[in-house]
Amino acid sequence: MSIASDAKQALQGAVQGVMAKAVALAPDSWIPGGEPDPLIRERYGHIGKPLSRIDGPLKVAGRATFAAEFPLEDMVYASLVFSTIAKGRIAAMDTSHAETAPGVVAVMDHRNAPRLAPPPVFMSAPKAANGDNLPIMQESEVNWNGEPVAVVLAETQEQADHAASLVRVTFEAAPALTSLDEAREQGTKPALFMGQPLHDERGDAEAALAAAEVKVDALYTTPRHNHNAIELHGVTVAWQGDVLRIHDASQLVAHTAWSIGQMFDMPEDKVIVTSPFVGGGFGGKCLWQHQVLAALAAKLCSRPVRLVLSREGVYRVVGGRSPTEQRVALGADREGHLKALVHTGVTVKTASNAMPEPFILPTRSAYASETLKLDVQVVELDMLANTFMRAPGESVGTFALESAMDELAEALNIDPVELRIRNEPEKDPSSGLPFSSRHIVEAWRTGAARFGWDRRDPRPGLRREGEWLVGMGCATGTYPYYRMGGGAARITLMQDGQAVVDIAAHEMGMGTATAQTQVAAERLGLPIEAVRFNYGDSTLPGVVLAGGSQQTAAIGASVGAAHRELVKQLLKLAGNDSPLAGLKPDDVISRDQGLCKADETARHESYASILSRAQQPSVSVEAEGPPPLETMHWSMHSHAAMFCEVRVNTVTGEPRVSRFLGSFDCGRILNPKTATSQFRGGIIMGLGLALMEEAQFDERKGRVMNPSLSEYHVPVHMDVPEIDVIWTDIPDPHAPMGARGIGEIGITGTAAAVANAVYNATGKRVRDLPLTLDKLL
Amino acid sequence: MTPFRYMRATDAASAVLKGGAAGARYLGGGTNLVDLMRENIETPESLVDVTGLPGGIDELPGGGLRIGAAVRNTALAEHRAVRLRYPMLARAILAGASGQIRNMATVGGNILQRTRCSYFYDEAGSRCNKRHPGEGCDAVGGFNRNHAILGASSACVAVHPSDMCVALAALDAVVHLRGNGGERRLAFTALHRLPGELPDVDTMLQPGELITAVEIPPMPFAARSTYRKVRDRSSYAFALVSVAAALDVEGGQVRDVRIALGGVAHKPWRAERAEALLRGGPLSATSFAAAAEAELASAQALSGNGFKIDLARRTLVAVLEDLSGEIA
Ligand SMILES: Cc1cc2nc3c(=O)[nH]c(=O)nc-3n(C[C@H](O)[C@H](O)[C@H](O)COP(=O)(O)OP(=O)(O)OC[C@H]3O[C@@H](n4cnc5c(N)ncnc54)[C@H](O)[C@@H]3O)c2cc1C
Repeated sequence: MSIASDAKQALQGAVQGVMAKAVALAPDSWIPGGEPDPLIRERYGHIGKPLSRIDGPLKVAGRATFAAEFPLEDMVYASLVFSTIAKGRIAAMDTSHAETAPGVVAVMDHRNAPRLAPPPVFMSAPKAANGDNLPIMQESEVNWNGEPVAVVLAETQEQADHAASLVRVTFEAAPALTSLDEAREQGTKPALFMGQPLHDERGDAEAALAAAEVKVDALYTTPRHNHNAIELHGVTVAWQGDVLRIHDASQLVAHTAWSIGQMFDMPEDKVIVTSPFVGGGFGGKCLWQHQVLAALAAKLCSRPVRLVLSREGVYRVVGGRSPTEQRVALGADREGHLKALVHTGVTVKTASNAMPEPFILPTRSAYASETLKLDVQVVELDMLANTFMRAPGESVGTFALESAMDELAEALNIDPVELRIRNEPEKDPSSGLPFSSRHIVEAWRTGAARFGWDRRDPRPGLRREGEWLVGMGCATGTYPYYRMGGGAARITLMQDGQAVVDIAAHEMGMGTATAQTQVAAERLGLPIEAVRFNYGDSTLPGVVLAGGSQQTAAIGASVGAAHRELVKQLLKLAGNDSPLAGLKPDDVISRDQGLCKADETARHESYASILSRAQQPSVSVEAEGPPPLETMHWSMHSHAAMFCEVRVNTVTGEPRVSRFLGSFDCGRILNPKTATSQFRGGIIMGLGLALMEEAQFDERKGRVMNPSLSEYHVPVHMDVPEIDVIWTDIPDPHAPMGARGIGEIGITGTAAAVANAVYNATGKRVRDLPLTLDKLL
Repeated sequence: MTPFRYMRATDAASAVLKGGAAGARYLGGGTNLVDLMRENIETPESLVDVTGLPGGIDELPGGGLRIGAAVRNTALAEHRAVRLRYPMLARAILAGASGQIRNMATVGGNILQRTRCSYFYDEAGSRCNKRHPGEGCDAVGGFNRNHAILGASSACVAVHPSDMCVALAALDAVVHLRGNGGERRLAFTALHRLPGELPDVDTMLQPGELITAVEIPPMPFAARSTYRKVRDRSSYAFALVSVAAALDVEGGQVRDVRIALGGVAHKPWRAERAEALLRGGPLSATSFAAAAEAELASAQALSGNGFKIDLARRTLVAVLEDLSGEIA
């Protein structure tokens, strides 16, 4: 980012800081969630039922249409050509062979691409969605190794792919900065995340560390990761009159519509982005060059375009997780009370994005240490912009922090579970805010009992079964409750008792549509079958990012607000001839397909009766969720106690996870079935993070060398043991429905639990992920 | 992918006729060749599908097997005689790739699959002497964790990725070939080459030569044999190191032995030195260690694969211990 935009961000941050103080001090009742959501009281309705996903039958039958499957008439197929240098320029481009290849309709490059305004990079504006702010195929400059330099359009995908191989590009390389070590030597700079510095200090942590009776102080490193959702990034676009239609695989349709509108100088409502199904997002299905290139190409050749990234293309065009080097130092007294907690380090971004991997986030509210020092520094490399990947910050940050806690437990000769419980804070150690709901101790205790933690011998290397050393480890996982502003929803209630909920939210396979149908049915007092939940369309109300595990809350708050509006309207329509006559919206709840007085449920009138008396076929209301002030008033976090049993082969060093248990405290669980899948999926991704995931970035050229699922390892079935998942199910009184999001927490803490188990098995402390067998020989 | 012509051959003679043409390649299951065509590393003008050629798995007098080149990997691994007489072969095949790929893959194609070196695979962005002789090798100073420790050259440090071939090398298999000049037989261990100065040449096959079958001689003691593969995840990963071995023991002495290593060299690595040291010697941990030591004495590490030398030694010793335990 430029200095000016850094300054702008810092200013925004300062304003937010002042506001945060005011909100922190305000009375509870002024804050969203100050009055617990009435749905929290409902214990026997739709919420909490293990409903199977409503989109399941469609998907199983192959009838769910994904972005790359929309057939548009007269459509052409696109194939990309990528740069092979990290920095420099295109000196020459020979497209003549490609242009005359069979089926080719056009070849687009920086010379003939339609003109475009610069992309609004994520976090530069409320609806900005682009991964970086670099011009998209507008000039000869090359900014990273793998940047698209040409798009070939042909009648079939095969023809496009073939012709793309015929494009001859001559690059003129300029000196590029692609090595973390070299960049560090030139100096690091403080990281800004969402406008706030990634820096906290309380007391003199270094002095407290030096003076501590017992201390550990070590460096932990984590590698680059790439997004590998099973659905490749695909898009089908068409210009229809003055409207641009985009069938996308997206976790932010409204942001995408606005951002593309900015680039093409169009009002956002002329850009229609739909995304009914997404085959995995994880932070990777936002706005990257491919959607924009498809729109440019469709404009150039005046025909609809389908562009599906190859697996290699995903690695070249869609950012991933940055590498980190983290120092964690802990000082404690002999009883294990923390006196000093230092978590600092460096990560990598580009000059064109605003996303330093915020690995200190989990440490902010973790432990009751007397002193604290947290800091993230960044260096900027010539590479593809990095981005969000499931629990950015927490996933790799908990690896360092929770490994260090294990090292401290060992140094103190205190059980690692006990050490964590001993350092439970009473209020948020960084912000000083009260916790909204924190039951990690309960999660630890039930998890430990169920896992059989008492069978663990704290002395490493003692449990042997044949060739295998067996060990157990644990770690805390954590992820904050987020709710971003901009959420809004529309409820349409029909006289026949059917309701439609419209919101521009997303279903990426997590079960959102299912769980939110349950919530809406509960909120409206309707049977599940009577509710249709519409999502994945930028023309629907609301700006809802499916990220930061915030959709559950954002949708919940928006639908809650719309429901209040609906009650108001219905009371008006009901008038004086109703059993509800004279009641205020606050006194009324939805139940049994109608409204009733909350504390006198016999005073009830059905929706059908109200609407027919009012001679209205339907009523439709729209409302915005309240501003998300609750996170400035309470410290709102989910937690998990992670337990792992691992086996390490004494001949080959091969580590294999044999048992895993996650004990979660995430507020109320809306649907235990889809929630279990989210927890398990997160843990499986965490096992990949622990044991094998690594994007091999060749620093000589700034190029990822393993852009395929054959060489970039993620866990296979045999790497994944039975994963036991339990939860406290204690509602968070200040979150909509009492529920905090659950999409990301599973990946947090997992890597540390594995590494700690490996230590217990072998006596080898691996501080450098992934934990491959060569580190255990 | 470059457009190509597709032809089907129904007998070896016509296959060789078509396959001998310039720019022609034989097509087995396509699981490797088609991938390489997608990456523009292979650009054949015509493909001669040889999956329809006759030849199953035939018993030979004396107990050997003759395996048609078009036999699928799955069929070979499941074959009763293979499982009983050459368990190392069944295990090696099952340790490779995935069920779907093994269902497609043929014996001929498996033998001739090419290296997985990521610089070899990066036609657009990296230098590779195997793709373009003389342009240099980016693997040497780059990611070479899974590269050769034995028999490499400065021109090429890639490894042969096959599991099945490691067993075939240990089992004294013989390859039946047919070219325009007629038929010939070649010892399996003489089929693949070390890179030397010609890393672009993987094998001793003549242009257009067709593998028609693989013959495995009788080897009664191979009924006690095994294959152990060490890899970065439990399945669906290429070997970092693998060992195929059979041990023939009499009165506490090693009467005969076969050992081959995978993942260590440009070809399946028959461990002749280790075999020679073990043959006729005592069945002991010390002799196993000495044999492993001798076999890896010439090993050379690259920047990222030094651990493989120790790993190969340890795995070899463990396999021998396993087999001797099984026998005792
Ligand atoms: C993701 C992935 C993972 C894998 N993992 C492993 C693994 O762990 N271990 C392992 O061993 N393998 C692995 N493989 C490789 C797999 O075993 C090979 O792709 C397969 O064996 C090739 O057989 P095929 O019949 O498909 O060959 P093809 O792709 O059809 O052909 C390969 C080559 O053999 C030539 N050829 C084929 N038949 C003949 C013949 N009769 N005569 C002369 N030439 C012929 C072709 O011209 C071509 O050059 C993996 C492959 C993939 C894609």
